[in-house]
Amino acid sequence: MSNDTDESLSEETPSFLAPRRKQLLIGRRGVVVSTLSTVVIVGGLLTVFYLARGGREVRHFYFDPHDMWQAFVGDHDKGLSSVGRGLLTNIWVFLVSEVFILIFGLTIAWTRMSRSPVLMPFRILATVYSDIFRGIPVLLVFLLVGYGLPPLQIGFISNLSVATYGCIALTLTYSAYVAEVFRAGIYSVPHGQLLAARSLGLTNATTMRRVILPQAVRTVIPPLLNDFISLQKDTALLSILGVVEAVNAGTIYQDTQFNSSGLMVASLLFLAMTIPLTRFTDGLITRDRKRRLASS
Amino acid sequence: MSAPILELDGVVKRFGDNEVLRGISLELHRHEVVCLIGASGSGKSTLLRCVNLLETIDEGKITLFGQSLNDPRIDPDQVRRHTGMVFQSFNLFPHLSVLENVLVGPVRALKRKRSDVVEEAMHLLERIGLSDRAKEFPDRLSGGQQQRVAIARSLAMKPALLLLDEVTSALDPSLVGEVLDLLRDLAASGTTMLIATHEMNFARDVAHQVVYLDGGVLVEQGTPEELFTNPKHDSTKQFLERVR
Repeated sequence: MSNDTDESLSEETPSFLAPRRKQLLIGRRGVVVSTLSTVVIVGGLLTVFYLARGGREVRHFYFDPHDMWQAFVGDHDKGLSSVGRGLLTNIWVFLVSEVFILIFGLTIAWTRMSRSPVLMPFRILATVYSDIFRGIPVLLVFLLVGYGLPPLQIGFISNLSVATYGCIALTLTYSAYVAEVFRAGIYSVPHGQLLAARSLGLTNATTMRRVILPQAVRTVIPPLLNDFISLQKDTALLSILGVVEAVNAGTIYQDTQFNSSGLMVASLLFLAMTIPLTRFTDGLITRDRKRRLASS
Repeated sequence: MSAPILELDGVVKRFGDNEVLRGISLELHRHEVVCLIGASGSGKSTLLRCVNLLETIDEGKITLFGQSLNDPRIDPDQVRRHTGMVFQSFNLFPHLSVLENVLVGPVRALKRKRSDVVEEAMHLLERIGLSDRAKEFPDRLSGGQQQRVAIARSLAMKPALLLLDEVTSALDPSLVGEVLDLLRDLAASGTTMLIATHEMNFARDVAHQVVYLDGGVLVEQGTPEELFTNPKHDSTKQFLERVR
């Protein structure tokens, strides 16, 4: 051995075994351990719920099968609205708003990003719009639109159905968010793409449509779907304008039958509506991530 | 000699306080190949971008086919349709197939009928040796192949002038050859080109004129023999010694 060996280098043979606690989580043993802990946690929560002093009452008030069914189907003779039918209102308001939100969102994003001097006033307007409607709570927008537009008495705008005012309120608020999602997506496309397209002599609009947007869509879809999940839930705000949608039907049942199972039904119905979309969005994100990892 | 198709006269470009081009004057004639050499940051790329109106100049004048690009009535899109530009980083459109990349200029900018252009595009792909990859997407190609497609995409516009911005700088050394061969082929068939490059042997082979830039100043210009074998200025000599 030479005597100029660096003293900072260890002469010991290293051991690569994981520490004992980490070994528990390796391979099949790890699956067993984590399954066990899941069962313990969920079982514990259920036990607490069942054995709690007020458990019986809560189960009766929120989970009574008879009341849940009655709230779901409604009863015309007793003046009970159906939670299930109410949900149809939530769904159509969601679908209609969604279309307008996509159109306005893209328009606002486009306007904010344009550099043409002609569009300057619109650009300022779009920026102010985004700032205002991302800043006001949705609840307030509902109240302002629902109770503010009718007394104005301007043509058909003041004579719309209450649910339509709900659509307007949702569109106003969500367009501002969705515009930002579009803007982020457009900015995520590398600058070289823009240079290449413009240097071919494509106009600004053609570059946007044929080169930038097709690439931006990929990045935009997951955050866009997230906004739509939250839009689905916010249709419940229609109830404060007096529309008998799912939540309001549940409240009516609660106020007359002194049982809150209708609200639980509404919750379950909202979950049935949002979970497919959340799962789909998560799936897309995972797939996109895998593709990116594979290509780099 | 006929009138130059491109003429730069005292061109100055600033980014804030940073003067990137300091009064560049230059001429380019039809069928001529001019190579711009110089260290990174000497202003080669900026000069090309100014010709293509991707940047606006602060002083001086650029004349293309007898028309001043300073004229406010000039439509940049029209200028760009006649001056092809190829970038260091290829910038192919990843969502379009190789063939669609080549078609996008004629179809979307010139509004020509797709069916009329497909045959031309396939000829171009044949010329660059990639006609069998027409349906594939850019990410399936090597860097050298992508850059050849990018050149074909520019050529599809039948540009009067081709601007090439260090087109081999982002390539593996083993892939540089195929791209330079294509450029040699284009030069031999009379394509007018303004080429920013770090490949000195290539510049010596194909250029009619070589221009040495240093810190935004045109230091020296001449035929390859003059500039490479007998550089007059000290800074040119030093630069050539460093890259050799």
